[in-house]
Amino acid sequence: MAKILEVNDLITRFYTFDGVVHALSGVSFDLDEGETLGIVGESGSGKSVTMMSLLHLLPTPPARIEGGKALFYSNRNEQNNNTDPVDLLQLDKSGIRKIRGGKIGFIFQDALSALNPVMTIGRQISETLIEHLGMTVDEAKKRSIELLEYVGIPEAEKRFSAYPHQFSGGMRQRTMIAVAIACNPEIIIADEPTTALDVTVQAQIIELVQRLKKEMKMSVIWITHDLGVVAGMADRVLVMYAGSAVEIAPVDDLFYNPGHPYTIKLLGALPKIGEEGQHRLESIDGTPPDLLSPPAHCQFAWRCPHAAEKCWQAVPAAREISPGHHAACFFDFAARRP
Amino acid sequence: MVQNAEVSGNINSNGIEHKKTELSRSNHNLVTVKNLKKYFPFTKGSLFNRKKGQIKAVDDLSFNIRKGETLGVVGESGCGKSTTGRAILHLEKPTAGEIVIDGVDVTRLTREELRCMRPQIQMIFQDSYASLNPRHAIGHIISEPMMIHTDMKQSAMKERVMELLELVGLNPNHYGRFPHEFSGGQRQRINIARALSLNPKFVVCDEPISALDVSIQAQVINLFQDLQKELGLTYLFIAHDLSMVQHISDRVAVMYLGKIMELTTRERLFNTPLHPYTQALMSAIPIPDPVKERQRQRILLNEEVPSPANPPNGCVFNTRCPVAEEICTRSAPEYREIETGHFVVCHKVDAL
Ligand SMILES: Nc1ncnc2c1ncn2[C@@H]1O[C@H](COP(=O)(O)OP(=O)(O)O)[C@@H](O)[C@H]1O
Ligand SMILES: Nc1ncnc2c1ncn2[C@@H]1O[C@H](COP(=O)(O)OP(=O)(O)O)[C@@H](O)[C@H]1O
Ligand code: SF4
Ligand SMILES: [Mg+2]
Ligand SMILES: [Mg+2]
Repeated sequence: MAKILEVNDLITRFYTFDGVVHALSGVSFDLDEGETLGIVGESGSGKSVTMMSLLHLLPTPPARIEGGKALFYSNRNEQNNNTDPVDLLQLDKSGIRKIRGGKIGFIFQDALSALNPVMTIGRQISETLIEHLGMTVDEAKKRSIELLEYVGIPEAEKRFSAYPHQFSGGMRQRTMIAVAIACNPEIIIADEPTTALDVTVQAQIIELVQRLKKEMKMSVIWITHDLGVVAGMADRVLVMYAGSAVEIAPVDDLFYNPGHPYTIKLLGALPKIGEEGQHRLESIDGTPPDLLSPPAHCQFAWRCPHAAEKCWQAVPAAREISPGHHAACFFDFAARRP
Repeated sequence: MVQNAEVSGNINSNGIEHKKTELSRSNHNLVTVKNLKKYFPFTKGSLFNRKKGQIKAVDDLSFNIRKGETLGVVGESGCGKSTTGRAILHLEKPTAGEIVIDGVDVTRLTREELRCMRPQIQMIFQDSYASLNPRHAIGHIISEPMMIHTDMKQSAMKERVMELLELVGLNPNHYGRFPHEFSGGQRQRINIARALSLNPKFVVCDEPISALDVSIQAQVINLFQDLQKELGLTYLFIAHDLSMVQHISDRVAVMYLGKIMELTTRERLFNTPLHPYTQALMSAIPIPDPVKERQRQRILLNEEVPSPANPPNGCVFNTRCPVAEEICTRSAPEYREIETGHFVVCHKVDAL
């Protein structure tokens, strides 16, 4: 399958009063056309910084992208038919503004603060259409109402002139999705879009995005801390830990044959639905390292039950342990399983 | 890790004696709630045309919690979980109803009697940081309840703090450190230590792990379970993470718009839910198992949750219920015990 995005060795740091926060220490992954990539990891592992680095949404200073490439193989290129990728990280302000909200749509966790509280829902969608597609006000209004209907907002015409606070959390998130898909994007990046919602509403939003993805032939990056959500919607999963990509694999491989001790422990820490009797959760003792002074060895060594001498001496590079399955560990725990 | 297993009853290893409330243990239900209501008044409309109304945050709940048991409470946000917990602990004065804790009807106690009762019932909240005063060392924070409710000496309190820190898996020598020096999971442990400082019998845990990461959640949940075993604690465990609730609870109550819709053992609730709302909730829980996820059929509910200020007539769930019939819009279903210990509020459950 054709690649649409290829991120190589992304390094992002924050220069703060307390010192340098090593938020991303060389993150690599790619995204295929039409696929959903799930990114999971605990808070602070670098999920949001990854997405914000790609879209130039980080405040600079303190942020500095100090290395890496993010090649975007757009193939809905109006001007010419070339398929030369653009490196998102090298774009200037106007370059990224054309892509962000255009060919790459994004959705945040907190729709309420992402939407402008004093602007009607309709105007917020219209503005995107006017800016990116050069529509007239009337065209944009018509299209906005269609979009609101498309994302499942009832009485869209009436709701066009409503304000964000008049919407429920789920409806706000639908509005964000309408904005994100307004310009027919090739990629949607969603950063914990359902974390603040009830499970019943979460199920609706996931269903919606799955449908849109199919109908509009988009690729999706879905960031979450919920492994259950990822199991249900991702084709492949990237696991992040302390600013590194520790494992990436097709979804079944990741859940049934994880290779990295962190992934293995994380899965063990989850309660099993419908279990009989009371089991004990496997806990991971300790906490992630301080990113102000990340260790010069495996980030997980302190918490890893298998840490050996070499784990304390060098940072393990990601290796392909089976086709399409990469893990950043000196050992291959997937292979040891019967 | 857990050392002072002998700590239980009214006197702990330091000889703290709770100021007396004579409690008679009438049965093995530690907590009995009958027809509990908590309404919040509100005004709506324009300045000149104000109407008064009531938010029925908790509307006629009845249940009991056995000694040593964990009762889970689940439901969408705004359904009244926290209000239930707060009303039981009298942090919020109930509008009506009876709350019997260890044989004492706390709704009839005077202020002073209630104050004496306090040490035995404690609450742990979601936001571990907001509930810890950042300017005080954690030793001070943990000893606060002892300062208020006992006449323990400074040295005895310090000893008890160290014992508690050890109990919750923290370094006893860190009593002089400040909240910001601890991680989220550690701060929740500090909260737990404080809640346990006076040997409570009953602890209401309101979303105690919701702000924590998965790996830390597991640590804290294990701690809750260890402490329950060691100290014979009884929990009301409120959370919106249904899978964690089913993991820790013996029985679970499902709430909707201030009412209990279904209450039964965790096995029954998760394997054979009867109420249409429970079924929809269960079907929406994401399961960390790709094959199971692909095989699942989700029951999708519409998102329009009615306001508790203006709940629907008949069954409060009828506006979203996939199997509602005419009767559901007219008459409110009774709270029925369908099988021993399995309570359901639905007209159609026999037929389902
Ligand atoms: N503006 C900022 N200034 C300093 N550090 C930051 C800033 N934004 C993020 N970080 C740090 O970068 C790391 C990764 O954060 P983030 O990507 O938000 O984590 P996640 O989304 O996985 O929870 C964290 O250690 C965080 O503290
Ligand atoms: N102090 C209060 N004043 C007015 N309304 C309140 C108050 N506390 C809670 N409510 C309302 O009561 C309902 C139940 O709230 P709550 O118990 O916090 O729900 P949950 O914990 O299940 O999310 C909500 O509609 C909420 O807005
Ligand atoms: S009583 Fe009716 S509306 Fe209520 S849950 Fe049962 S079937 Fe649905
Ligand atoms: Mg984030
Ligand atoms: Mg609550």
